[in-house]
Amino acid sequence: MALSGMRGLSVFISDVRNCPNKEQERLRVDKELGNIRTRFKNEKGLTPYEKKKYVWKMLYIYMLGYDVDFGHMEAVSLISAPKYPEKQVGYIVTSSLLNENHDFLRLAINTVRNDIIGRNETFQCLALTLVGNIGGREFAESLAPDVQKLLISSSCRPLVRKKAALCLLRLYRKNPDVVNVDGWSDRMAQLLDERDLGVLTSSMSLLVALVANNHDAYWSCLPKCVKALERLARNQDIPQEYTYYGIPSPWLQVKTMRALQYFPTIEDPNTRRSLFEVLQRILMGTDVVKNVNKNNASHAVLFEALALVMHLDAEKEIMSQCVALLGKFIAVREPNIRYLGLENMTRMLMVTDVQDIIKRHQAQIITSLKDPDISIRRRALDLLYGMCDVSNTKDIVEELLQYLSTADFAMREELSLKAAILAEKFAPDLSWYVDVILQLIDKAGDFVSDDIWFRVVQFVTNNEDLQPYAAVKAREYLDKPAIHETMVKVSAYILGEYSHLLARRPGCSPKEIFSIIHEKLPTVSTSTIPILLSTYAKILMHTQPSDPELQNQIWAIFRKYESCIDAEIQQRAVEYFALSSKGAALMDIMAEMPKFPERQSALIKKAEDTETDTAEQSALKLRAQQQTSNALVVTDQRPANGTPPVSELGLVKVPSMSNVDHSSADHGVTQANGTLTVVDPQPPEPSADLLGDLLGPLAIEGPPGSAVQSERNLVPGTEGVPNADDALAIAPVGEQTNTVQPIGNIAERFQALCLKDSGVLYEDPYIQIGIKADWRAHQGRLVLFLGNKNTSPLVSVQALILPPSHLKMELSLVPDTIPPRAQVQCPLEVINLRPSRDVGVLDFSYKFGTHVNVKLRLPAVLNKFLQPISVSAEEFFPQWRSISGPPLKLQEVVRGVRPMSVAEMANLFNSFRLIVCPGLDPNANNLVASTTFYSESTRAMLCLIRIETDPADRTQLRMTVASGEPTLTFELKEFIKEQLVSIPTVSRGPAPPLPQTQPTSAPAALSDPGAMLAGLLH
Amino acid sequence: MGIRFILMVNKQGQTRLAQYYEYLTIEERRALEGEIVRKCLTRTEQQCSFVEHRKYKIVYRRYASLFFMVGIDNEENELAILEFIHLVVETMDRHFGNVCELDIMFHLEKAHFMLEEMVMNGCIVETSKSSILTPIQLMDRA
Repeated sequence: MALSGMRGLSVFISDVRNCPNKEQERLRVDKELGNIRTRFKNEKGLTPYEKKKYVWKMLYIYMLGYDVDFGHMEAVSLISAPKYPEKQVGYIVTSSLLNENHDFLRLAINTVRNDIIGRNETFQCLALTLVGNIGGREFAESLAPDVQKLLISSSCRPLVRKKAALCLLRLYRKNPDVVNVDGWSDRMAQLLDERDLGVLTSSMSLLVALVANNHDAYWSCLPKCVKALERLARNQDIPQEYTYYGIPSPWLQVKTMRALQYFPTIEDPNTRRSLFEVLQRILMGTDVVKNVNKNNASHAVLFEALALVMHLDAEKEIMSQCVALLGKFIAVREPNIRYLGLENMTRMLMVTDVQDIIKRHQAQIITSLKDPDISIRRRALDLLYGMCDVSNTKDIVEELLQYLSTADFAMREELSLKAAILAEKFAPDLSWYVDVILQLIDKAGDFVSDDIWFRVVQFVTNNEDLQPYAAVKAREYLDKPAIHETMVKVSAYILGEYSHLLARRPGCSPKEIFSIIHEKLPTVSTSTIPILLSTYAKILMHTQPSDPELQNQIWAIFRKYESCIDAEIQQRAVEYFALSSKGAALMDIMAEMPKFPERQSALIKKAEDTETDTAEQSALKLRAQQQTSNALVVTDQRPANGTPPVSELGLVKVPSMSNVDHSSADHGVTQANGTLTVVDPQPPEPSADLLGDLLGPLAIEGPPGSAVQSERNLVPGTEGVPNADDALAIAPVGEQTNTVQPIGNIAERFQALCLKDSGVLYEDPYIQIGIKADWRAHQGRLVLFLGNKNTSPLVSVQALILPPSHLKMELSLVPDTIPPRAQVQCPLEVINLRPSRDVGVLDFSYKFGTHVNVKLRLPAVLNKFLQPISVSAEEFFPQWRSISGPPLKLQEVVRGVRPMSVAEMANLFNSFRLIVCPGLDPNANNLVASTTFYSESTRAMLCLIRIETDPADRTQLRMTVASGEPTLTFELKEFIKEQLVSIPTVSRGPAPPLPQTQPTSAPAALSDPGAMLAGLLH
Repeated sequence: MGIRFILMVNKQGQTRLAQYYEYLTIEERRALEGEIVRKCLTRTEQQCSFVEHRKYKIVYRRYASLFFMVGIDNEENELAILEFIHLVVETMDRHFGNVCELDIMFHLEKAHFMLEEMVMNGCIVETSKSSILTPIQLMDRA
């Protein structure tokens, strides 16, 4: 029988085969389709044999890639044929030609169901196969219970049951809501005891789907899987038919280990032990043999075992054994093993603790990046991308750059995006980052998206020390004979902003800069011209004294574009021309761009978005997230609320410049004075607050300007010594063994940070520790910025938090090493449990030549958990009266107050978020304030304060504090007292007089509110 | 779901057998097959048997003039699929006796039946050659 029995079909296939070209083939196929169509029209005269023949022809034609849009009905009708050969063809052709949504399929449901529940095994198999391949919702609704019955029926033969298992798998996957699998865990467990390996193979696939959906329900199957695996691995009771080159069904072994990976872990110690015995045997016992098939099959099992071991997060010992194996694999000649070695090593990155061992293979992996096989190169690229961190960025990114010039076009875009991301994420220093991006643009400009060059501009703008360097580099690239348009954009932008920093270098006069940029104008597109016009305007502004010749040249260009058809170009030309005729006014408007608010890198976001949702990639992503949350260099990862996305950078829009003009002009001046000689090793100070950056006082906000910096460096000994007599410097100076002198006064820095939320906490010649805090009710998030100021790394970095009992503080991992000139961010979460004035201490140490250890108070102080609230007279007095006396309302006469006017005092209160309510107290010498305090125990609690001053003696006053909680009242009163008797001062005079005259605040009593209250009450 | 499709293509790029386990329109199939064939046929013996293409990984193996290509997703083990191809070939060998392109061409239905016994809904059902061939032999005798 078969085709040999269908002569017409054989003839047709030969005809098609003998067609000399595609055109002839199409003609022959069209002719045949016409023939079949006519024959089907007079269906009456068709014998089942003829029908079968034509349907096969249709399938053949369809397989060749031609659409067959008729005859489906005939195929479906064959399913109801009484004889096996016709029925079989009907089933096979239907499942090949139709999809699950096809209307005709519905016509067959009844026949299919009859075949399934009928007694004919071969019919059952055909029907189950069809449903298993294309069964949709209606099949699930009407057939699922029957299929389930067949699968577990003891009277059914394995050949039916194995198909029932996969049929059920499809129905369940497609419509989990229709197929009821309640109580199936026991049945599955039973199925896994199956001796027949065909049934076991199918059941294992079904189990994977069930466990993937709800692993909790199938714990009972776990030991069964391990047993099945043991049976296979030990070759117990495996029929010869199921061994493949001496290996007991490698496919079933693989599937079983896959199923085990869907359970999150294995808790039962006995099961775990048996499993690891098997895995160990596979890991150790797989040898390379001559026979290719045997070798592949045994390695298929081995790779699956590796994946399972990784999944189970096994002991370090067996893990390093796995990495060692993979290390061997990536170096072998056999390309398949090399490919899989790289792939699995990438998966392995998600396992902690082994990354360092993987790094040892870096050289080998880089070799694979140059492999003649693109499949292997891709795996190597992925692995390098995944394993990159601060310690190896330079090597890896430089390899990627080198490879970029020769890489296939298919890979360039991915390659350049990955290089840009790595350079940004792990840059050991910023000038290197600039180098990388410029090289990237130079080598693969077509593949560098706008995001990439926007980002580099952002970095340069926000880092003053980088500006001269970037300008030099941009200038160098312009000398190249042919440069990519993106390079023109970025160079023009940077030189427009910062070329004046190069003024004294040869070839860098405004005129020369202008002409070299202007040379490129004829080669660029309309989108670049506006950037060039802005650059010209800026060059003009920076040309002091003005150069009439240059001015005329530039003006001529502006005038030329005044009638440009492109609206953007035209507007700029008109505006720049008008502005530049204004002379001095131009100075303000054309000043340097202010810093950009820090925001998440659009590149990283883009990479995350484009990553497809595959298991290993999401694991990589997970790891990347862990890295960034622990310690991300340079980039600020917090979502920048309300800041525009990068695509709206508005790099050169005139209006956005005008409202920030004067302060940015100041920047410009500082820069012009400072510069070129002093390259300040300051790391960037990320800040989400643009206005804060621009308007905040220079002294403490952010890193000090370069001028201040160098001045301080000149006299480190005189002012840097922490004043041990200063009562505020409670950091236990005595324990410190430092030979390194801090820069600036630690106590003053702390005091300043008590009042504001960002600034420098500590600085010495090697490191700067900045802090930025965000407070919400009783919670706070601080970020410590650890900036290495040197050209060599800081090692043995350790940061310990010693929290007071009332604060819960959690510091994320601090890396052991801070690379040269890099900045590391370490988030610190704070939760306020109850009112207290105690402070947390950061015990920080590092090694740079000598061991340096400092203990720094953290500005997570009581007033950070206050939120200002202003209260009207109607609200205040009832509250005030309702709290009648101690311990909720405490009064004290405070002496030794630093003299200040009532207005000054009001300012001081406001700065601590105790909001003064003017006019509530009729006496002008008195002051009333209110605030809300947040902690976990008190929740939000209103606090009221009244101060009565004595105009005759400003060194004393009477203070009354009231709140709904005794400890809070006491702590707040003491807190205010501390502020009044020792005002933090930025002046470098002698330490303020110590409060000698306080009868009540004996140090011993401070920690014991009860005793303190007792003292107060007499 | 594992296996997404199985293709048998000769070295001129003509499809000799195509079995899909997910629905693609005829245009999508044509495009996909064209791309895969171009990619795989230009590869040398020294290169690995895996090619990444769109969302698939293609595991392929060449036997004389015929390429066997299996498209899989991330749920499959590449080497296991590579040997599964060989199992298919061995099974066909046992039936046809040293199978060649023409056997598959002119006995398309048998090739289909065998595959049907081995793979269902993208999962491997049976790996025992005798179990796979029993129904076909029954039919031949009928």
